[in-house]
Amino acid sequence: MFVLVVGGGKVGYYLAKELIDSGHEVALMEKDPTRARQIADEIGSIVIPHDGCEGKYLGEAGCNRADVVAAVTGDDEDNLVICQMAKHHFDVPRTIARVNNPKNEVLFRHLGVDELVSPTRMILGSIEQDIPVHELLHLAALGEGELEIIEAHLQAGSPAIGRSPEQLDMPEGCSLFAVVRGGIATPLRPDDVLREGDKVIAIGKQECEALLHGQLIGDPEAVSAG
Amino acid sequence: MKIVIVGCGRVGASCAELWDAAGHEVIVLDIVTRAFERLPSTFGGVAIRGDGTDEDVLRRAGAEGADVLVALTEGDNRNVMSAQLAVEALGVPRVIAKINDPVRAAAYSELGIATLCRTGLMADAINGHLGFPPSGLPGVLAATGHHDGGAHPAAAHGAHEGAGDGATEQEAARRAAVEA
Repeated sequence: MFVLVVGGGKVGYYLAKELIDSGHEVALMEKDPTRARQIADEIGSIVIPHDGCEGKYLGEAGCNRADVVAAVTGDDEDNLVICQMAKHHFDVPRTIARVNNPKNEVLFRHLGVDELVSPTRMILGSIEQDIPVHELLHLAALGEGELEIIEAHLQAGSPAIGRSPEQLDMPEGCSLFAVVRGGIATPLRPDDVLREGDKVIAIGKQECEALLHGQLIGDPEAVSAG
Repeated sequence: MKIVIVGCGRVGASCAELWDAAGHEVIVLDIVTRAFERLPSTFGGVAIRGDGTDEDVLRRAGAEGADVLVALTEGDNRNVMSAQLAVEALGVPRVIAKINDPVRAAAYSELGIATLCRTGLMADAINGHLGFPPSGLPGVLAATGHHDGGAHPAAAHGAHEGAGDGATEQEAARRAAVEA
């Protein structure tokens, strides 16, 4: 396969290297001449020291016979234009763009970029997956700061699932006042039965947090750690 | 008319001044605050510091209800992206992008964006002055085609009908211009 890589930063450099190792034909475009020379010294004469956004140089790099164009510069607008030019002007069957601003994904996809790789989105995904699941989320502090509004996401294993607030052993000065279920918030009555996936909103003193955690999240280790 | 100008360089600032003086509602964006020093003290429009390739920034600047967006930054690609966001995501009926690379200028006019290519415009201005034949490079190109994707998800909500209205408005404006 002939792969045209545009952008000789870290991503482009290692991508080109890996592709060569797997036996593909590769051309790498890098507009900074110093950087281009540096890469050429290391991996040979596959480097084209020109701007891959410029139509003329894309043509010279053999864009019209590329099977894949990978636009991996650090600038979203450049990556978009490279892919669009490859797709519409040079009829490249497959275009791949690196996207830094996750908000741009919709536009890129809409404008015909075949595949998007968003490092920001991937890292964000990992963080969101790891952190909030077993923790209480602090939403706001009230008054002098001794009272807090807290959200607890009820996951499998929570002792509160299948029980109602009146059946729970709530610490003194603490109350559960609302539940968010399927994106809709409703006041929580004492006899409402809680379900997995509910987000319970509680208000209480800071020092009640560990007890609240035990009642709603239910992981003793996390309680002692917290 | 409500006109958004992305890039407050010499051209952007001059247009902003002219159009403001002519009574249009002008919003000018630039990523550098100092660029606004080019605007005259009499400028009555809005100057906003922000990135015109960021959908949120364009929205906050009020580009959604604009009649025209003109992308005049120094970067061809930034202009392309700003113009495409305006058309596809914000439903702006008329956009013009400055694209100095003749190949890209021609390619994007086929993808639905009116383009302005300084390379061709200046080459032909010089040719004209010297009495030489025209260059054949693109100068000002109208949008001839349209990208062939489906409707933009963001545009599908509110701006969808706006895009339709925009096309007729554009048509009406063109007719008015012809009649005038």
